[in-house]
Amino acid sequence: MTQQQLKPARIDWLTIMLYIVFVIGGLLCIYASVYKETNPYIYDMNMNYGKQLLWIVISAFIAMLILLVDEKLFYAFAYGFYGLTIILLLATFVIGTEIKGSSSWIRVGSFQIQPAEFAKFGVALALAKYLSGYNIDFKNWKVKAISFLIILLPMAIILLQNETGSALVFASFAIVLYREGLPGWLLVIGVLLIVLTIVALLLKPLYIIISLIVIASAFLFLVRRTQLLIFLTFGIVLFSSAYVSSIDYIFENVMQAHQRTRINVLLGKEVDLKGAGYNVQQSLIAIGSGGAFGKGYLEGTQNKFRFVPEQSTDFIFCTIGEEFGFLGSFIFITLYIVLLWRLTIMAERQRSKFNRIYGYSLVAILFFHFLINIGMTLGLMPVIGIPLPFISYGGSALLSFTILLFIFIRLDANRVNELKNFE
Amino acid sequence: MESQIKQRILIGVFIFIAFIYVIRLLMLQIFDDSYIRYAQNNVLQEQTIYPARGLLMDRTNDLLVYNDNIYDLFVTPEQVKNLDTNSFCDVIGITKDEFIARFERIKRQKGYAIYRPSIFEKQLTIKTYAKFQEMLFDFQGFYVDVRTDRKYKYSNAAHIMGYIGEVTEKMIENSDGYYRLGDFIGISGVERTYEKELGGIKGVRYVLVDSKSRSQGRYKSGEFDTAAVAGKKINLTIDQKLQEFGETLMKNKIGSVVAIEPNTGEILSMISSPTYDPNLFVGRERGNHYMELLQDPTKPLFNRPIAAPYPPGSIFKVIMSLIGQQEKVLFPTTAYGCGGGFNYGGLHVGCHPHGSPLPLQSAIMVSCNAYFCHVYRTVVNNPKYRKVEDAYNKLYEHLASFGMGRKLGVDLYSEGTGFVPKATYYDKIYGRNRWQALTTISLGIGQGELGITPLQMANATALIANRGYFITPHIVKKIEGKKNPNPEYNIKHWCTVDTSYFPVVINGMEDVVNHGTAYIAKIPGIAICGKTGTAQNPHGKDHSIFFAFAPKDNPKIAIAVVVENAGFGATWAAPIASLMIEEYLTKKHNTRPALVERMINGNLIRKSIINDSATIKTSKN
Repeated sequence: MTQQQLKPARIDWLTIMLYIVFVIGGLLCIYASVYKETNPYIYDMNMNYGKQLLWIVISAFIAMLILLVDEKLFYAFAYGFYGLTIILLLATFVIGTEIKGSSSWIRVGSFQIQPAEFAKFGVALALAKYLSGYNIDFKNWKVKAISFLIILLPMAIILLQNETGSALVFASFAIVLYREGLPGWLLVIGVLLIVLTIVALLLKPLYIIISLIVIASAFLFLVRRTQLLIFLTFGIVLFSSAYVSSIDYIFENVMQAHQRTRINVLLGKEVDLKGAGYNVQQSLIAIGSGGAFGKGYLEGTQNKFRFVPEQSTDFIFCTIGEEFGFLGSFIFITLYIVLLWRLTIMAERQRSKFNRIYGYSLVAILFFHFLINIGMTLGLMPVIGIPLPFISYGGSALLSFTILLFIFIRLDANRVNELKNFE
Repeated sequence: MESQIKQRILIGVFIFIAFIYVIRLLMLQIFDDSYIRYAQNNVLQEQTIYPARGLLMDRTNDLLVYNDNIYDLFVTPEQVKNLDTNSFCDVIGITKDEFIARFERIKRQKGYAIYRPSIFEKQLTIKTYAKFQEMLFDFQGFYVDVRTDRKYKYSNAAHIMGYIGEVTEKMIENSDGYYRLGDFIGISGVERTYEKELGGIKGVRYVLVDSKSRSQGRYKSGEFDTAAVAGKKINLTIDQKLQEFGETLMKNKIGSVVAIEPNTGEILSMISSPTYDPNLFVGRERGNHYMELLQDPTKPLFNRPIAAPYPPGSIFKVIMSLIGQQEKVLFPTTAYGCGGGFNYGGLHVGCHPHGSPLPLQSAIMVSCNAYFCHVYRTVVNNPKYRKVEDAYNKLYEHLASFGMGRKLGVDLYSEGTGFVPKATYYDKIYGRNRWQALTTISLGIGQGELGITPLQMANATALIANRGYFITPHIVKKIEGKKNPNPEYNIKHWCTVDTSYFPVVINGMEDVVNHGTAYIAKIPGIAICGKTGTAQNPHGKDHSIFFAFAPKDNPKIAIAVVVENAGFGATWAAPIASLMIEEYLTKKHNTRPALVERMINGNLIRKSIINDSATIKTSKN
């Protein structure tokens, strides 16, 4: 048995730099979005930016703490963390405070904590630990089932709390599963189903079915027909037709009027500037009015004067778009993609499966938030209330993303000393 | 190997999504500038600053019209919170049902929005306003906007000053969007003609507002704001004292007075009787008062001096004397006999007894009908012209040069043309070449189809006073900051009769007052030249008419008075004219108290007018 020489930890400074840029930039955006000449001090605890500053200090402290502890701790207590977050989630039903129609908050002093935010890294740890376990093969259906269960349990609880947005984030773990062996075609089918759903909502089912038959006939006419291919095509058309019809049925007969309106507005079938479409319209106005170079810091009017709803939380990107224009937005998106890219590379270079799965979980969560949040402000995605990581106002979110990220930085820093365990 | 592909696919997806978002941003921020406009619409609120309307003063700088604050109550429905409806209704003075109905009405209005102020109650009284201000804090969502409305110092000259009212949709369209719903605009009188000067220019203040329409300060420190320009001060040509005195004399009479300064054309006084108090058109009862006046059978809203045509009666003889001379068919020495009237080829026009035969000057003095029938006959049947029609047309031309049968161009709205028949008019009645002087003889003594407005009468008097020219009568003397505001009111309009023909006629008019039909108008020490008229009309008793100027040399005032259905010119019109001349020239009106008394107390409004309309009203029920 050879005594292994421990190498000093190597922290990925690029990631930390990006983190600092985002957090500080986020604070400045929050400041701008609710700026009032009567409360100009950024440390004013009555204002969102004052609170956010405090949360940044707390996050920095926790981040340092994470960098100092032994990384084995996370592996050891992975299930413990998971269990804790589940308990916290359940606790909200008992001691939760209702805020804006959602009962997902626990009040601590003058701050509120949203356990749903912390559930993400609980799942990330638990999933990583489970899948990196001895003799675990993702090809096994039982393994698949347990993996799904780990993800679906907190998701279900959060859905019950009426936090659809936060719950949907857990869908991002599909990316992790894909990396770990979930066949790509399953994901493709998933995406195709979403596309088909949208088309079904946009057009009458009859038109879609006719188009499908025409396309299928043309396809069969052009290729060399085998019996299998004919059956397969026939099956797909049959399934799609049934699916489209049932979507249409659900939309017309099961959904409530306000839900239908929301979907119609989202799809552009309906313009309702004072109702459901108001948020998106104001968001587009704020961003669109920024022009190429923006109106200048603190010079924006749409956010400051509260035309944009939730301007410091879910619609924080509007402030970037309005005050820094296309240039600022482009730089922001680029930096975000650099971070995702960097984290993907980091995840891939891990020797330990645990580290890699955890890394991909982080990437998946950050990507999903980016996809939905920015897409929402640009009117390309449904209005789902989830924050923009590191930027949006919100202590729970900032703290949970900080913990998520820094655990991975900690894991990565010590990767050279990790055994390629269980591989 | 497989993991590497998956990693690449994932990064590819990230970049693909980022690419789509960047394209979307390009479209929103670079290629579509409509969002900049939307953003401005969101935050920029254009506030109108209403200028004070110009003041009106008389020729002696006596203030006639000024501005008074009025208080309109607005509501922003979205901001109404915790309203104590009972105490609110108490303060405003409405019932709860009315309160609810009011809100329903506001909701149905065009352009209604829950976040935008709508007018709730127009023109609160000062008392209500004061009470409301005290409780403003309890009535969230309501606020009072202060505007100005007209206030009239005197209850006179309503027809001259006119009134203002809210703009109509059509006016808004015609104004290229300058006027907005609820703005005030001059509807009649000087307020209308001089709307541009009096109205001033509205100012604009751009204010930034937040999503709840709360003010967030000036836009770009007021760089694009414009100040309101106050309306200009206007001096009218009228003399308030004369106007007031004249209106007192004309009380309970239907008719008109127009007094003009001959050498300037300035209207010193213009009375339309019955009149009304201009303050009736101020405040929230404006509409009700308007309807009342509109239904009054004596038509107080009708601006008689400039719009009502009357047969001029005998005062027309003066005009015919001038035209006859110019046409060389009449000379100062021409004399016609009068045996109780005009008898010619079976035609008879009656006359009152007087000496006969008389020369021109005396004929004017006694107002001999026969004499002027002959004058008319010689003018129209003048052999100088090939046809009667040509001679008549010449007469028409002369009358037009005196300002008859056409608009003079006074700076007041709703001026009438009066009526002088054209040759074609008689062609229609009698057939072409089937009529001549005798057919239309009543024209010679100012009767028949002739219609002359009091303004035209006064203008003709001014022309005689000026010995041959008039300056278009006008009502505005001075506009603040404007030299020579109306150059067309400096032009002398010479008539077609030479100056040399005037003295004999003027001497005749002097005789009329000194020892003729209008002896009652004589004022010791003032040489008044005048002529009475008693105009038959199909509406009842004769109209009492008088026109005069004074003094004879260098005249200062020319006046025409018409009192409808009052009988002889000498009974009512001449004394009123005389008293007004005295008032204007000597500033005295108490030298003949008995006469003043009789004029003021004379109630000449035919009872039948009121009875007639009363029966109409009852029969409708």
